[in-house]
Amino acid sequence: MNVDNKRRLLLRGTLGVGALAGAGLLAPRGVLAAWSKEAFSADSTEGAMKTLLGGTASASDAVSIKAPDIAENGAVVPITVETAAANVESISVFISNNPSPLAANFVLGAGASGYAATRVKMGKTSDVVAVVKSGGTLQSATKEVKVTIGGCGG
Amino acid sequence: MAKSIKMRASLRGDETTVKALITHAMETGLRKGKDGNKIPAHHITEVTCEHAGKTVMVAQWGPAVSKNPYLAFKFKGAKAGDAVKLSWVDNKGESDSSEAKIK
Repeated sequence: MNVDNKRRLLLRGTLGVGALAGAGLLAPRGVLAAWSKEAFSADSTEGAMKTLLGGTASASDAVSIKAPDIAENGAVVPITVETAAANVESISVFISNNPSPLAANFVLGAGASGYAATRVKMGKTSDVVAVVKSGGTLQSATKEVKVTIGGCGG
Repeated sequence: MAKSIKMRASLRGDETTVKALITHAMETGLRKGKDGNKIPAHHITEVTCEHAGKTVMVAQWGPAVSKNPYLAFKFKGAKAGDAVKLSWVDNKGESDSSEAKIK
């Protein structure tokens, strides 16, 4: 995907779905651009990944996750994803054992580096899967985080 | 919802790091309140960052992002003194934005 296309996707994300979807300009490519209710409510990592990114990722050394081995408080688990891959289009974070695994999806613009950090809630001990989309391929890294106190309902 | 964003942008080499803290309940919709009814979901869905009129990053979030969310990312092509704008929208249509100068 070239830079111009990417900018278009991002623009659409900014302006809101209504304005452009009405114009019918960018209909089927909406997976990345619009906030996908379907992907965020999918109940399996694989399902969410397919809905959001259109495929499943293969493990790669190019992606690294920084997260604690043991999280004392599942309500606040810091996660940092870094990648050496060039032309990163998006970085997604999935928590396999959460009710809806997809936690966050960072859509990166032309100048953005392969880096994203946030804090997530984890209901229980789970694999954290980071997926990096670059140049049309999906690469992932997985790390298990043990949770001693859950972040949901507590 | 004024001043819900605390952000900082710093330049190191040619790379700008933006860090932000947003004040938001990030309610998942799965928790039950004191009356036994579920508390409705209320969470940020999109955070957008702009620099020089271009969108640098859009973060799409589900309810699994922690309360009072933190986010950080990096991008290239900015100078010290440039303004970076960050804005968020939640699932109830509330929104806020803030600007910071790159140091």
